Amino acid sequence: MASKIKTAQEAIAGIKEGMSIMVGGFMAAGTPEILIDAILEKGVKNLTIICNDGGLPKGWYNEYDTARGVGKLLEAGVIDHIIASHVGLTPLVGKGVFDGTMKCTLIPQGSLAEKIRAGNFGLGGILTPTGLGTVAADGKMQIEVDGKMYVLEKPLRADYSFCRASICDEFGNFLCNKTTKNFNYLMAGAADHNIIATEKLVKVGELEPDTLQHSGVLVDMIVEGEKPWQI
Amino acid sequence: MADLKTRIAKRCAKEFKDGYVANLGIGLPTMVGGYLPEGVHITLQSENGFTGLEGICDRGNENVDIINAGGQYAKASARVNYFDSATSFGIIRGGHVDATVLGAMQVDEKGNLANWIIPGKMYAGMGGAMDLVVGAKEVIISMVHQQLNKKTGISKPKILKECTLPLTAVGVVDLIVTEMCVIEVTEEGLLLTEVHPDYTVEDVIAATDAKLIISPNLKPYNVSE
Repeated sequence: MASKIKTAQEAIAGIKEGMSIMVGGFMAAGTPEILIDAILEKGVKNLTIICNDGGLPKGWYNEYDTARGVGKLLEAGVIDHIIASHVGLTPLVGKGVFDGTMKCTLIPQGSLAEKIRAGNFGLGGILTPTGLGTVAADGKMQIEVDGKMYVLEKPLRADYSFCRASICDEFGNFLCNKTTKNFNYLMAGAADHNIIATEKLVKVGELEPDTLQHSGVLVDMIVEGEKPWQI
Repeated sequence: MADLKTRIAKRCAKEFKDGYVANLGIGLPTMVGGYLPEGVHITLQSENGFTGLEGICDRGNENVDIINAGGQYAKASARVNYFDSATSFGIIRGGHVDATVLGAMQVDEKGNLANWIIPGKMYAGMGGAMDLVVGAKEVIISMVHQQLNKKTGISKPKILKECTLPLTAVGVVDLIVTEMCVIEVTEEGLLLTEVHPDYTVEDVIAATDAKLIISPNLKPYNVSE
């Protein structure tokens, strides 16, 4: 079996201008920073980013903090379109939208999660009551089931997915610690090319299988060297 | 202002029953968890992916993998369970959250809620708010009664006949708690059930731009100190 282990540069080598990337994480907790850094180093532009939020701006936890996660891509100005549920912490998105330099599609968080899950797992979309009677349902089909109305949220996929694992084995079976699971367990597999950046890499069979909660069949490439957050 | 917010948080806390699963929004709603009546133990859900949130972590004891939905390092209780965002919102949308407390920019007579966007001014996004108010069994709005414009010094009502801002959801609000009063959203309209001793019913009516039905059982605002 061909090895899935790559360097960050090798893993993202196929990413070209204008492609779409799903990025795991919630306010950058669970976002694979080494893949974001590799994108910046490569200098690809005009990206469509699908992420819960815009990551973190400079100085969120303390004044010396750099931007984190998608926040770094926003600072570098390489995003054309962001699909997210909340961008209030990263004023660069609002600024870009008002300037007309960036497009932002806002989707309720639970719907965003389900759209990605649908894209990943072969569903033609999902029906949710969330957003009925609001702009979040604009242009979307509404369907009645057993007397209740629902909004049809279509599946969402991307060219690449960037996920972050706490532990991953060489086949790609992985675990995300605590609150870093968020979108990582949904996005791995939802793209044509799925990359996991992991803090710790173990050999196949080294750990009790139940420890690694998520299946490696959803993972195409594994990059080692993700660092724990610094406080 | 801090005192008024404490008052609102304390009054909201009285709505909670022992064993509730609850989700508290950022800011004033978060304070509610600190004023639960004696003997009331609840499980807090955090929409970024866990049940068993226990407040903010003391500096020095942070676990970098545990944050709350506001991006702060959080503490987890012994019964904590962590999950992905689909499960998290399944718990919310599926009616497994008994109550949510959120802030609002506007609420109207039909229980419509606007708390996520001011076109042309504030661009934040709905985050989990649209799912929460649709999914939680009880939606409690905790807010200062009027919006103070800091530049002009003029306060404007936030409880309206009809919301003018883009809605978060239609007909979802159950209870409104402000520093002045408590209002229940009923089929007939907004029912004023409690007024704080610092104000009269007339004060409340003057600060509200919606029709208020005065409850025949109108009570003093119930905050046990």
